[in-house]
Amino acid sequence: MKKNESKGIIMNKKRVSIYDIILQFGVYFSAALTVFVLSCLIIYVLYNGLPYISFDFLISKYSENDESQKGILPMLINTLYIVVITLLISLPIGIGSAIYMSQYARQGRFIKLVRMATEVLSGIPSIIFGLFGYTVFCGLFKLGTSIIAGCLTMTICILPLIIRTTEESLNSVPSSYKEGAIALGTTKLKVIFDIILPCALPGVITAIILAIGRIVGESAALLYTSGMSYTMPKGFFKHIFSSGRTLTLHLYQSAKQANTPDAFHIAFATASVLLILILLFNFLAKVFSNVFRRE
Amino acid sequence: MSIKLKIRDLNLYYGDFHALKNISIDIEENSVTAFIGPSGCGKSTCLKTINRMNDLIDNCKITGKILLDGLNVYDDNIDVNLLRKKAGMVFQKPNPFPMSIYDNIAYGPRVHGIKSRSILDEIVEKSLISSALWNEVKDRLKGSALGLSGGQQQRLCIARALAIEPDIILMDEPTSALDPISTLKIEDLVQELKKKYTVIIVTHNMQQAARIADKTAFFLSGEIIEYSKTSDMFSNPADKRTEEYITGRFG
Repeated sequence: MKKNESKGIIMNKKRVSIYDIILQFGVYFSAALTVFVLSCLIIYVLYNGLPYISFDFLISKYSENDESQKGILPMLINTLYIVVITLLISLPIGIGSAIYMSQYARQGRFIKLVRMATEVLSGIPSIIFGLFGYTVFCGLFKLGTSIIAGCLTMTICILPLIIRTTEESLNSVPSSYKEGAIALGTTKLKVIFDIILPCALPGVITAIILAIGRIVGESAALLYTSGMSYTMPKGFFKHIFSSGRTLTLHLYQSAKQANTPDAFHIAFATASVLLILILLFNFLAKVFSNVFRRE
Repeated sequence: MSIKLKIRDLNLYYGDFHALKNISIDIEENSVTAFIGPSGCGKSTCLKTINRMNDLIDNCKITGKILLDGLNVYDDNIDVNLLRKKAGMVFQKPNPFPMSIYDNIAYGPRVHGIKSRSILDEIVEKSLISSALWNEVKDRLKGSALGLSGGQQQRLCIARALAIEPDIILMDEPTSALDPISTLKIEDLVQELKKKYTVIIVTHNMQQAARIADKTAFFLSGEIIEYSKTSDMFSNPADKRTEEYITGRFG
C-alpha cells in the first residue's frame, strides 16, 4: 500500500495527453504566425523602400513637378514641429490631470467617470478627432489648415494615453513614501514634486515616448487639420500657423498620386523612414519600462 | 515626571465605524509608553491621531482633545507641518525614500528650511550616531538607502525622524518586519532615545512592551482597558481582559 502511494507521484512519461500536444502546437503556431506576419510586413516595406533612402533623400526639398526634388526634409520638419508642439501642450495638461486624479481627487464616482471617459476617448477612431479638429480648430477658432490646428487635434488624441500611463505610474509609487514624507512635516505639493514624481519618472517617460510614436504614426487626425503643403518653413514661428504635411500624410499623398511603379518608391522610402522611427520609439519605450519594472 | 502629552475624550470614526472610544491618557516626558492590544484594537489609529496622520484618510472624524505641551493639536490655528516636525514618526515597514542615505536624512531639515551644507552634514552625522547606524554607513552616505538591510533601513528611518529634532517619537510597530537581532538593536536604541525624547511605541509583541516600556496601555475594541506601569500590568493586571490577553488567551 505504502509503495503504491509513493509511486503515485512519479510521472508516467508515456501518458502525455494528446490534447497537451495539440494545445502546445497551437500556441507555438499562433506565436510564430504573428512574428512571421510582422516580419513579412517590415521586410516588404524596407525591401521596397530602403534602396531609395539616401542622405540626399532625407535633407532635400520636395516638389511635385520637379523630378530632381523628391526629398522629405519639409515633411521631417513638419513632423518634428507637430511632435514638439503637441507635447508642449499636452504634457502639462496630461501630467497635471494625472497628478490631480491620483493624488488629490477623492476616489469616488466622479473620478470613475473621468477615468472611463479617458478610456473611451482613447478608443475613438482618430478620423473622428480629425473631423472635430477640422470644424472646431480650423473653422471655429479660425486657425485654418495649419500645423497648430494639427497639434491641438493631436493633443486630444494623445491626452488619454498620457493621462492613463502617467496616472498608473503615479499610483504605483508606494504610499509608504508619501506617508514617510508627510510625517516629516512636508506639504503635499512638495511630496509630489520631491518624491512621487521622481519615482514615477520612468513611467512618465514611457508615456512620452509612446505619445511621440502615436503622433509620428498618426495620419487620419491630421489629414483635415494640418494640411498638405510641402514648402519649406518661411519663419520659425510663422511656420506654426502655416499648413504642412507630415511623413504619414506624405506617404498617403505620394501613394495616391503615384501613377507609375517608379513613383511608389517615394511612398515606400517614406514608409521605411516612418517604420524605422516607430520601431525606435517602441524600443526606447520598452527599455524605459524595463527600468521602471526593475525599480 | 511632567506630562508631555494629554489625550482627553478622544473619539474617532471611520465613516460609521467607531474606531476609538473615549480615549483619555497622559504620557510622561522622557519615558517609553507602549500601546498593546490585538489587531484592529485601535492602537495604531490612536498613535496616528497624535501627529494627525489620520488627516490623510477620507471620512475620518475626530472629536476630543490631544494636548501636546498644553496645545490642542486639533485646534484650527495649529500648523500641521510644524506639529509633524515636533512629533516624528517611524512606520511599521521601513520606508526610506529611493535616494541616498545622506539625502534621506537631510530631506526633513531641508523641508524645514535648512540649506547650509555644513549644518546638514552635522545633522546627518548626529542623527546617524543617535540611531546607532553611523559606523555602518559612514563610508557610503552617497549610496542608495534601498541597498541597506531591513534593520539598517529602519534605523535610517529613525535617524530621519530624529533629524527634524522632534520632542516626541511615535513608533508604529517598528520591529514587526525585522529579524530578532535587528529588533534587539532597535529596542536598545529606544532605551537610549528616551533620555532625550518621549517615545510612544505601538507593538504587537508583549515581551517587547515588557522589555522596553515604562508604562503600557492595553487597547481592546477601541478602548483603553488598562493603563499602568509596565511591571504592574504584567505582574498584576487589574482587569480580567488584560490578564487574558497578556497570558495569551486571545489576540
